[in-house]
Amino acid sequence: MSSDNLLTLNLKIWRQKNNKEKGEIVDYTIDGISPDASFLEMLDVLNEKLIAEGNDPVAFDHDCREGICGMCSLMINGQAHGPEAETTTCQLHMRKFQNGETIVVEPFRARAFPVLKDLMIDRTAFDDIIASGGFVNVNTGNAQDANSILVPKENAELAMDAAACIGCGACVASCKNASAMLFVSAKVSQLSLLPQGQLEAEERVKNMVSKMDELGFGNCTNEAECEASCPKGISISNIARMNRDFLSAAVKAKD
Amino acid sequence: MASSMLKYATSSVVKKQVMGITGLLLCGFLLSHLIGNCLMYLGPEAFNTYAHTLVTNPLIYVAEAILATIFLTHIGLAAQLTYENNKARPQKYYVKQKTGRGATFASSTMPYTGLIILAFLILHLIQFKFGPEYVITHSGVEMRDIYKTVVDYFQSPIAVIWYIFCMIALGIHVSHGFWSAFQSIGFWHPKYTCLLKCLGKVFAVIVTVGYSALPIFCYLQGGN
Ligand code: HEM
Ligand code: SF4
Ligand code: FES
Repeated sequence: MSSDNLLTLNLKIWRQKNNKEKGEIVDYTIDGISPDASFLEMLDVLNEKLIAEGNDPVAFDHDCREGICGMCSLMINGQAHGPEAETTTCQLHMRKFQNGETIVVEPFRARAFPVLKDLMIDRTAFDDIIASGGFVNVNTGNAQDANSILVPKENAELAMDAAACIGCGACVASCKNASAMLFVSAKVSQLSLLPQGQLEAEERVKNMVSKMDELGFGNCTNEAECEASCPKGISISNIARMNRDFLSAAVKAKD
Repeated sequence: MASSMLKYATSSVVKKQVMGITGLLLCGFLLSHLIGNCLMYLGPEAFNTYAHTLVTNPLIYVAEAILATIFLTHIGLAAQLTYENNKARPQKYYVKQKTGRGATFASSTMPYTGLIILAFLILHLIQFKFGPEYVITHSGVEMRDIYKTVVDYFQSPIAVIWYIFCMIALGIHVSHGFWSAFQSIGFWHPKYTCLLKCLGKVFAVIVTVGYSALPIFCYLQGGN
């Protein structure tokens, strides 16, 4: 590729030593970025440069780099996972940016997601919500006959759609209230839509919503920025389902 | 039992559901109030007699108490939810941009349009309900001439503009609020949710245009 395709970028990156200290936006200029590089590869190039200069590299979360693990995050120019719809940061390519563009990179922000260092955040709150009920109890032992439990096709599809959630937290990050409703509703729906998840459905929705509230996420105002920012296109119809399931479980609660 | 009921009643989900139900009830109030107000077009007698019949019915106290409770619940929860929402992100973003695929102007200004409605509501009660009292006799019955109170008030162009400004804010508030209430309560449907969004916008236009027409009508009556 001819070198005049390569991008020069002005980066404004959030740097923060640790959980305790206050952070700040720091300016960097980087050149020679291939338009075919992913956003994270661009940060890798920056980090190699920083290391070569004897500076502290920028810490950021990542793992699979193929859009399935949910580890990558980042607010890119004020949008969770950047400007592309249904795309994780690791799948975002630099050809989406102009030569000479200024790009602001910040961590996902929420009271429940404290910054650990630079762009790395602690999403343990999501694990806590799952631990409060995002599972089914099943007997171990021999596998039962395939198709012995019937699932309506429509429910199977809806459950599958909900199960596409990778737990990245972009919904929280993009929500003006830092609400976790999209994530929680996807995790509730993927189980409650199936016969195996029905048994514990009421307990599950009560416990997961209570946990979510306890952890300090905000309240949903039905703006659907979460749905628009979700790399997996999780629908807010899951939130409506959780709202009615919660109401009916709360009304029936005997505890 | 009681403690668990309290626990679920104060959950984020139920608070929003109460917000939605009170909001929808207020939408119903808006419609009935608008229809009553339209009697102004028929002249002082029709309007004054209607108002007189309303306020002399002893059930009015019950109705007013219920309406006040609905308003106070809606406003109280709005304050609490908005406070909690601000607290959920202590450190703001350096740059924040909307996707353009989710939030709308109406959805992101709910607390502000709500505050405008609140300010309006207080002034509205002071100006009309507790405003200047004139007496008139229609068909041999002595009653309050609320028609005159209203027409007099709207002789000021500033009053007309303020009123219309508030009705626009109200329209914006319900244009998001209407379908949002259904979503909060748990109603979502691949076809009907779209319809509800449309209906909310139609309702917003009816409310804004319907209420705004009255002060203009009064202003055009001229001073007396
Ligand atoms: C006649 C007057 C009013 C009507 C018809 C009305 C209607 C509604 C409706 C239908 C909603 C949607 C609820 C939901 O999403 O579940 C709503 C939300 C809201 N209202 Fe009102 N409202 C009125 C007055 C007020 C007032 C006076 C305030 C505040 C001072 C207020 C503040 C809010 C706020 C902040 C929300 C958003 C709450 C949230 O989404 O969490 N409203 N309103
Ligand atoms: S709902 Fe979407 S944005 Fe939220 S955690 Fe799951 S995949 Fe990420
Ligand atoms: S790094 Fe795994 S989804 Fe982006």
